[in-house]
Amino acid sequence: MSHLTIGDIVRGDREVFPPYLYEAYQATRRRAPTLPLIEVPLTLSELTGPGPLLSAIPPTDADLTRNAGTVGEAIGQRIIVTGHVYDEQGNPLPDTLLEIWQANAAGRYLHKHDTWPGPLDPNFLGIGRCVTNTEGVYRFLTIRPGAYPWKNHPNAWRPAHIHFSVFGPSLLARLVTQMYFPDDPLHSLDPILNAVPTQTARQSLIATYEHTITETEWALGYRWDIVVRGPSATLFEAGGEIS
Amino acid sequence: MSERSLTSSQTVGPFFAHALLRQDAHRNVLVGQETLGTHIRIEGRVFDGDALPVPDALIEIWQADASGHYNHSGAQRKEIPNASFFGFGRTGTDEHGRFWFETIKPGSILYTKQQMQAPHISVTIFARGLLNHLVTRLYFADEPSNAFDPILLCVPEHRRATLLAQHEPRGDTTAYHFDIVLQGGNETVFFNV
Repeated sequence: MSHLTIGDIVRGDREVFPPYLYEAYQATRRRAPTLPLIEVPLTLSELTGPGPLLSAIPPTDADLTRNAGTVGEAIGQRIIVTGHVYDEQGNPLPDTLLEIWQANAAGRYLHKHDTWPGPLDPNFLGIGRCVTNTEGVYRFLTIRPGAYPWKNHPNAWRPAHIHFSVFGPSLLARLVTQMYFPDDPLHSLDPILNAVPTQTARQSLIATYEHTITETEWALGYRWDIVVRGPSATLFEAGGEIS
Repeated sequence: MSERSLTSSQTVGPFFAHALLRQDAHRNVLVGQETLGTHIRIEGRVFDGDALPVPDALIEIWQADASGHYNHSGAQRKEIPNASFFGFGRTGTDEHGRFWFETIKPGSILYTKQQMQAPHISVTIFARGLLNHLVTRLYFADEPSNAFDPILLCVPEHRRATLLAQHEPRGDTTAYHFDIVLQGGNETVFFNV
């Protein structure tokens, strides 16, 4: 079989979301479902979700450079990552929980199974959380992660990225994804990014450098907006009432 | 406001645990002693296409309370009848692919004004090798109203059993067993939602 074999089972919009089977990303081969996903009407079970109640997060959690519980600061290029969370109608989504995790500046994760010889940083956990404000804006202060090697294929390296987990207003809006940095030569070599089917959709995962976000003598600024499924108005189409 | 293109999905990867399963984010006990309803323990394993356990999956559940209400704080919500029960759980699989939750059996849930859904729990699966998460439902095998559930009726009859958690009598605990098979024989039914 060709290493480019791409499955036809996709959840959601085929122009946006990757197929479950993408053989170039080897871990999909034994984990991708092989039977068609079942089409079902949306019900209260999908049109509600835990998101609105998951918002009690201390603001210090959004500063990954200092949230390790040590007195020290993480080593690396200090960056600000900020943007809006919207639903697909363009409504900004306030009170939305974002959880992020990332490798350190050397490309090493704080995880027992990440054992390649990149150095750990005692002042960097690589985890953060933030809740969007009333305008739907989130903001993290962190350091730019390094690229890191993985064993998918010979001399495989993941481009620098930050993992994002997003809860929107309903289960439909649940999203786990990765944010990449602009102008990274590893993008075209990465099967995980390239599993996303279109250039437009791949671009949706790449932040833009924005000098107006950059803070003088402090940190470089990146903007990355996130768009999740919505809105809750579809509740009425389901014929249900919540109360 | 204008329409916007959705942000694509990427795998949760292998290194999520320190973020998504940190102490205050790991929620596999959804109940306290005071929680109304039948307390149950759900246990299961996640398997791949080689029938090997998946040791690095993240499982999230979302469910109604014992009266069939979701604790959803959206604007449509007029009251929260059982506020102590949140209905959201999150855990990871261990090296044997095992996971468990302690929760309550949800009530029947409104579908339309004339029709109810059988008690069920929404289950979302994330893992290395899943470029997009998988969505399924856990139903209770010993629940007669399954026969009329509008979602189960969308599923080919020979595959419905993959959604049925089996009751396992075990002393004082009401336990249900629910395995998730990502691929291959007896592959779990997943939904396009």
